[in-house]
Amino acid sequence: MTAALRQLVLRDLRLALRQGADAVMVVMFFVITVSLFPLGIGPELNVLARISAGVIWVTALLATMLSLDRIFQHDYEDGSLELMILAPVPLEAVVLAKVAAHWLVTGLPLIVAAPLLAVLMNMPAEGFATLLVAMLLGTPTSSLIGAVGAALTLGARRGGVLVSLLVLPLYVPLLIFGVAAVDGAITGLGVRPHLLILGAMLAAALPLATWAAAAALRQSQT
Amino acid sequence: MRALCYIGGRFQGEPGIMSQSFSGHDLTCIRGERVVFAGLGFEVAAGGALILTGPNGSGKSSLLRLMAGLLQPEAGEMRRDGADVADDPAVHRSSLHYVGHKDAVKPVLSAAENLAFWAAMRGAAGAIETSLDALGLERLADVPARFLSAGETRRLSLARLVASPAPLWLLDEPTVVLDARAVRLLAGLIARHRAEGGMVVAATHTELGLGDETRLELADFARPHQPALGAAAL
Repeated sequence: MTAALRQLVLRDLRLALRQGADAVMVVMFFVITVSLFPLGIGPELNVLARISAGVIWVTALLATMLSLDRIFQHDYEDGSLELMILAPVPLEAVVLAKVAAHWLVTGLPLIVAAPLLAVLMNMPAEGFATLLVAMLLGTPTSSLIGAVGAALTLGARRGGVLVSLLVLPLYVPLLIFGVAAVDGAITGLGVRPHLLILGAMLAAALPLATWAAAAALRQSQT
Repeated sequence: MRALCYIGGRFQGEPGIMSQSFSGHDLTCIRGERVVFAGLGFEVAAGGALILTGPNGSGKSSLLRLMAGLLQPEAGEMRRDGADVADDPAVHRSSLHYVGHKDAVKPVLSAAENLAFWAAMRGAAGAIETSLDALGLERLADVPARFLSAGETRRLSLARLVASPAPLWLLDEPTVVLDARAVRLLAGLIARHRAEGGMVVAATHTELGLGDETRLELADFARPHQPALGAAAL
């Protein structure tokens, strides 16, 4: 079974690399959208520093959301999903492998790009390390929650709009504690509780979102 | 895992001594608000072939998806070797191949990569070249699938049947885009599969020339929801 799942992750990575534009576009969206804020708000360093964590988190969540249709949509359209449901591998494991591949292709590049954008937004240096750790804990959760939304909207017309209505409210806790952790680091109020809660959300999303997405995928076949 | 052992051990290792059967009783299928068929029964024994016939919309594809476990019957039950399929759907799923209308072929992967992935998902490794050979695709192994014609793509999809053995084949219109030579190749594969004790259920409008197949006419089980509107106007 592990061999099959490894092949599944490798296949999704290979597909993402050969259709390279998709993965690059998510990071480009992240970079461009964040760089719009200094232009819109004006180059006041204090203001930018104050909003930097919030802007980076909101934009990272939006970028993740834009990429969600890649998790299942193509496989649904070309019949691959049927065969994955029929494969002698638990569908929950298939979901987990596909989410892992999605995170490697979208979440990881966002984390790599985040420090650069933090500099652009004049974030105080004390916040950098916490921002990275918070995103390391938060982006897998956003991929997991997003997978549920993506699976639920398979076959729906205008699935893209629907998925944002479903998923964005569920991203709110991630946003609150992700930003609070960075602010805590900058103001010296402590980051541990926020990071622990982000970790707890990841620990809860791993089984729950996987199970829910697999159920939604089975439902998509009727 | 039980499912994997089943494929790896019993079927591959001892193909000669299988005593397989697959049957359905009183099956009812509802799609949307419409009863597609009701009270349908079928039976396939080891080495048997069941050909589903019927006009468009009579439920051939629905029945095949029902057999694969992608759809749940509204009523009725299916039995595999006497055991209710609903009791252990994982074992049933792991011992069947479903080839539907969609080919599940990724355009950016080569033919060999596509096939190797599906074989790996079913716990089978190797035999990719032989499988491509069996469908006459050996020269296209390294060609990205986006350059394959519709018939070649369908043959690549059918190569899955050879790459990872499973006793029950469910084929939905497998011959639609195939040329005469490819249809003969498929007929040969089906004959060999049945000689090894495998079972085949296929919906097709093309004569596969199997000779001794059982036929199931789905129009016999249709339950018209309402009289056709056109009939009243005429």
